[in-house]
Amino acid sequence: METVFAVLVGIFFASGIYLMLSRRTVRILLGIVILSNGVNLLIFTAGRLTVAVPPVIPQHLPTPENIVANPLPQALILTAIVISFSLFAFLLVLSYRAFQDLGTDDVDEMRDAEPAERRLPPMEY
Amino acid sequence: MPPSAIDGTLLFALAPFVAAALGPWLTGLIGSRAGWILAIVPALLFAHFTTMIPAVAHGDVLAASVPWVSAFGVDYSIRVDGLSLVFALLITGIGALIVIYAGGYLKGHAHQGRFFSFILMFMGAMLGLVLADDLISLFIFWELTSITSFLLIGFDHTRAAARRAALQALVITGGGGLALLAGFLVLMSATGASSMSEVLALGDAVRDSGLYVPILILVLAGAFSKSAQVPLHSWLPNAMEAPTPVSAYLHSATMVKAGVYLLMRMNPALGDTALWTTILPIFGGATFLVGMILAVKNTDLKQILAYTTVASLGLLVMLTGIGTKLAIEGAVLYLIAHALFKGGLFMVAGTIDHETGTREITGLGGLRRAMPVTFAAAALACLSMAGLPPMIGFVAKEVLYDGVWQAGGLSIALLVGLVGNTLMFAVAAILIIKPFFGRKTETPKHAHEGPPSLWLGPLTLSVLALASALLLHDTTHYFVVPMASAVYGAPLSIDLHLIPTKISAPVVLTVITIASGIGLVMVFSALRAAFAGLVNGIGWGPDRGFDQVLRSLVFLASGLSDILQPGRMKGYVMITFVVTAATLLIPMWVFGEWPRFTFTWPDAPFYFWVVFAIAAVSLWAVLVSATRLIAIVTLGIQGTMVAIIFMLYGAPDLSFTQFMVEVLSVIILALVMTRLNLSPSDHRSWGTRLRDGTVAIACGAGFALLLIAVVEQPFDPRLSDFFAEYSRVIAHGRNIVNVIIVDFRALDTLGEISVVMTAGLAILALIRLRSRHRRFDPTRPDLDDGESLKEAARDA
Repeated sequence: METVFAVLVGIFFASGIYLMLSRRTVRILLGIVILSNGVNLLIFTAGRLTVAVPPVIPQHLPTPENIVANPLPQALILTAIVISFSLFAFLLVLSYRAFQDLGTDDVDEMRDAEPAERRLPPMEY
Repeated sequence: MPPSAIDGTLLFALAPFVAAALGPWLTGLIGSRAGWILAIVPALLFAHFTTMIPAVAHGDVLAASVPWVSAFGVDYSIRVDGLSLVFALLITGIGALIVIYAGGYLKGHAHQGRFFSFILMFMGAMLGLVLADDLISLFIFWELTSITSFLLIGFDHTRAAARRAALQALVITGGGGLALLAGFLVLMSATGASSMSEVLALGDAVRDSGLYVPILILVLAGAFSKSAQVPLHSWLPNAMEAPTPVSAYLHSATMVKAGVYLLMRMNPALGDTALWTTILPIFGGATFLVGMILAVKNTDLKQILAYTTVASLGLLVMLTGIGTKLAIEGAVLYLIAHALFKGGLFMVAGTIDHETGTREITGLGGLRRAMPVTFAAAALACLSMAGLPPMIGFVAKEVLYDGVWQAGGLSIALLVGLVGNTLMFAVAAILIIKPFFGRKTETPKHAHEGPPSLWLGPLTLSVLALASALLLHDTTHYFVVPMASAVYGAPLSIDLHLIPTKISAPVVLTVITIASGIGLVMVFSALRAAFAGLVNGIGWGPDRGFDQVLRSLVFLASGLSDILQPGRMKGYVMITFVVTAATLLIPMWVFGEWPRFTFTWPDAPFYFWVVFAIAAVSLWAVLVSATRLIAIVTLGIQGTMVAIIFMLYGAPDLSFTQFMVEVLSVIILALVMTRLNLSPSDHRSWGTRLRDGTVAIACGAGFALLLIAVVEQPFDPRLSDFFAEYSRVIAHGRNIVNVIIVDFRALDTLGEISVVMTAGLAILALIRLRSRHRRFDPTRPDLDDGESLKEAARDA
């Protein structure tokens, strides 16, 4: 099953990266969301898959009774989801504000911080 | 000499650094008179080293050592033999005079304290260099002299010429220092020796080593760059941008001789091979002649002296390369003579500059009445430089002629020596005749004798140059024999006479030198014009080459930056992912570590496949969607599928969070993006799509293969088992994932919350920030993402 997941992760990565290579801020944003999901699935798969047994300890026992899903990647991913959502929200507002101020969603046209013409490097001592 | 005294030297040798730290403070307290006080430090050191003279003359080698970086076997160790003792005496003796001289020369300068600090620091470094026995500490002191030289040349840092000269000196001598380090490392790995004493004790082992040639070339690169051998000489004349005390001390008497010192020091181990006796005389001879030609060509006093210094260094290298007993005696004598007369002449040049306001030799004349003491010092120094009796320079020239003559008879080296010495004689004559004799000229300042601090140094050195010749027997016994023996590697017995006892080859050569030298003085203007024409005719030199190299370096760096930092986001993203794909795929390809692909068709219920299929199809839909709204909605679908996958594989917490986040994302995206009137479709050409697609698929394939390779490895459950075992027992929670988040890895979670909070604050700031030039007026400007974020954080 992990191999199927690996292929799916590959598709997630490829789609996300393809979108991130766009010049449009919205598509870059979509790409980042998909890439985050791909990364989460990657971590999830690397911790091995266990069907339908959440890592919860029964009421009357000190440790899990049978084999349960690996809790470690779940904890990592939980953190990752929230952080990637923060990043997403920030980037969204950033691109929104960039559009307001610069009137474009094309990153190639956002060149306010770049020098107007190519300057020669300083040659004196 | 009691044995404990040499241990004290370990400490005393560091005294200049202490004085350097006190220099600025003392100068602030009592002004330029601080020079007289600070000179006590080198003077005491000088006295300390004179106490070692009898023991060293007896043939003893004094040594002391303390561990420094014991982990790497680096010691702070000193070794005093004839060679290092003469150098130590020159460094401390001339150093004391220079510090006094600098007190008068830079009187009233705003940064005189800083100057004292730099020059004393240099003194400490130079002393450490000549005393060092450990190879690594020798290298460290070597580079320290380069750095202090940089600071001193660039002392007048408001002038571009000084900055350039300082940089040039640092690049050339510092680069040479690195070559030296490489040479030492090769030497250490080839022989196992880590100190000079061990290397010298090895005998023929270094010469027989298979790595002899690389060791020799690297060490020579270091020595030649430091001692300004052609074609690395250009930094030395440029270093005349420094204040004159620096030129007198670093760039004639001490630092530039460090290269010669190294060659002399390593002569017993590296010398006496065909390579050594070929390379050194060729470079040395070329430097001797080029230096003299350029010295004749120039009219600035300091430039003339600088080029004659280059020439003299060439002569020393040539003699060291010839390597016979007499040649080495000549080199030793000439080194001592040169330090005495050239240090003095530089100070004289500085005094003339200081008192008249010009250094142009063509604009000076008749100063002997105005500056009688300076004149006396200059006259003696020039006699020594010209190689006339009764000065030590005369003895040196006799011996070196004898050495070259006996080594090869009528050879190219002899011709080079004859031509160079004749030019040296002419330049020495011009240096004394032009400024001091003839009609008195108008100078920018009214010329008069300088204060004692300015004439004490040159006069002392000149008198020493005379006294050392008159007391030749003692000079030979106490200085020349011990030093020459150390350079030769075996005890020598030398008998020298100030007045030649019989008509021999050196006497004839001296007569030729003097006669043709007088002839050249007669036609000096024509000679200068001819050499100027020759140099201008060539039109290119290493000095210009240095500019060209630096310029191309800057252009290369600028061009590379333009490629790596194009200022276009697409470029950065592209480079990142191309490198990512390469990092993933190339090692697998090179090392053949592809996954094994032991694939068995998994036994899963059909709705699993449906979920996978929907996820994949929705991803495809995001890519190809014609409108933004469809893209956003299909984005939500793939996110939901991920949530369902988490659910199916026993991760309900993940599933819930993912679902919430996905819903929020879609809603916010839709709210914000549909308010912007953006053009709907992707604007990539087919060529670009192909390129981007290739990179994306390469990355995706890379990660997929990596993941397959990972899951093919046996699983290490230790960490997961630990959490399962202890989450209830010691953390009292049944949901293991939650326990990990809030207990075992609570600090991580704290960090996560900080990230969320920072993002929220940044979003708030972005929204509140007033637009500079608002081109688009949104209908709802105060979109509150902070709220929804906090909501998400609560979910987590």
